[in-house]
Amino acid sequence: MVLVALIVFLLLHLSPGDPAAVIAGETASAEEVEGIRVRLGLDRPLVEQFGRWLLQVAQGNLGVSIFSNLPVTQLVLQRVEPTLSLALVTLVPAALIAVGIGVAAAARAGRAVDHGLMILVMLALSSPVFVTGYALVLLFAIQLQWFPVQGYSPLSAGLGPFIKYLILPGITLGLGYVALIARVTRASMLEVLAQDYIRTARSKGLGRQEILLLHALKNAAVPVATIIGIGVAMLISGVVVTESLFNIPGMGRLVVEAIARRDYPVIQGVTLIFSAVYVLVNLMVDLSYLALDPRVRY
Amino acid sequence: MRINARIRIGLALLGVLILSASAGPLVVGDPFVFKTIARLKPPSSQNWFGTDNFGRDVLARVVLGGRTSLWVGFCVAMTSGILGLSIGVVAGYYRRVDAIVMRFMDGLMAIPSILLAIALVSLTGASMLTVILAITIPEVPRVVRLVRSVVLTTRDLAYVDAAVTSGTRGFTLLWRHILPSALPPLIVQATYVAGAAILIEAALGFLGIGTPPSIPTWGNMIGTSQRYFTVAPWIIMFPGIALAVAVLAVNVLGDGLRDGLDPRLSRHV
Repeated sequence: MVLVALIVFLLLHLSPGDPAAVIAGETASAEEVEGIRVRLGLDRPLVEQFGRWLLQVAQGNLGVSIFSNLPVTQLVLQRVEPTLSLALVTLVPAALIAVGIGVAAAARAGRAVDHGLMILVMLALSSPVFVTGYALVLLFAIQLQWFPVQGYSPLSAGLGPFIKYLILPGITLGLGYVALIARVTRASMLEVLAQDYIRTARSKGLGRQEILLLHALKNAAVPVATIIGIGVAMLISGVVVTESLFNIPGMGRLVVEAIARRDYPVIQGVTLIFSAVYVLVNLMVDLSYLALDPRVRY
Repeated sequence: MRINARIRIGLALLGVLILSASAGPLVVGDPFVFKTIARLKPPSSQNWFGTDNFGRDVLARVVLGGRTSLWVGFCVAMTSGILGLSIGVVAGYYRRVDAIVMRFMDGLMAIPSILLAIALVSLTGASMLTVILAITIPEVPRVVRLVRSVVLTTRDLAYVDAAVTSGTRGFTLLWRHILPSALPPLIVQATYVAGAAILIEAALGFLGIGTPPSIPTWGNMIGTSQRYFTVAPWIIMFPGIALAVAVLAVNVLGDGLRDGLDPRLSRHV
């Protein structure tokens, strides 16, 4: 994590573009710009700036937004609910559906159902989030008027509207993720189904379902868990775009807004949080291997 | 190499796109002509894909937009392929460099690629070059890991030992004996990288921080027409479809190459 912090910090600070000049505005004099630079500590050597920032982060302080003068942690907290809801509403059903599709396709490998499913999966994997998003909005929100076009309704305003507003963004965000996991599940299942012990199970007279779910899926689970974790990176990218598309006031929008204003502390803070989530999820996945595969020991 | 159906489909689709992007702009008319009387017109015999909010022909803009997308995809695949190969071979072969390089790559990989790209582009100013670089940097570690893993398994094989005993050293050993086994998976990976790059470039354009709007790209066409979506969905759907087809072509080609270049790879996605 310290390394991630260093990379985020270096990339943002070594790139050209002077935040002090941006804050001061175009009409500011050179002295005013200099004053702001000193106030923000941007005149210190890079190493010192990084050291101070790291020390703050370790204490749970992500700094103060250059633009709004509010602490970054507070800005993030204001925006965390929509993003977290969207991510959870998407992740859990998507992972379940994807594994289902993968198993179904592997069980009928080489037949029409398998080919059909894999073509759909390929289409979903290749369609950009904002294209599927607009297609869904056009069909379900504008033509059929089943769902609202844009916006977000907090959980505190009632469960009904909360879910109604999240369904289209959730599907938009989840399609690619489902496709990614389904592909890996299928491949991993195929590999397991070719093993000798599956033939043994079959010759013992076990039922198809039993073999697929108990014997095969259990042994195919490790690559599936891995891709569920790695795919979270894809979800995070998707969140940024989906939130812009559906006008959801979450962390993705926050970072896009911050970038337009060159608000370094906010960009740094949000990127760091997203990266931390990603690392944490993948750490959990690593630990889940212990449960999924008794041969794994740490 | 076995040429399979997916390689053919992928190449055919890609061929059509490259042809239309390179020669198309000469045929379909001027994408920059403003016709204020013909604003937001639906598809017709005159404008097959309709016109946008400035009365510009959407077909002409989609065709020209393909240049940017395909070019960015190609450049990112090439640069990240070359960088990833060089770093990966060195890291896999020289153990002392390995630890440091791979820790750095792990750190870089932990940052979701689109955030990294967004941050890089927005802070360095948007131009074609910065967009390509910003998409390349997050892709490099993935290539490095792949190449390194191949090198690690290859370096202990008997034929490499044989080459070492017969006096082959350093660069020649890497180039002649280790590199060839890393190439097939690298080509497959580069194809997928191209697909991902086209998507990220479009996402940047959509968010309004990619290639400057003076050059039409599929992403920024969609991004700038968002407001007209309800009245003129064709401005968004046509570049969107073009984008999906391009990514599909590249991904199908990648799958085909994976199966064709190395049948053993096909089982391990």
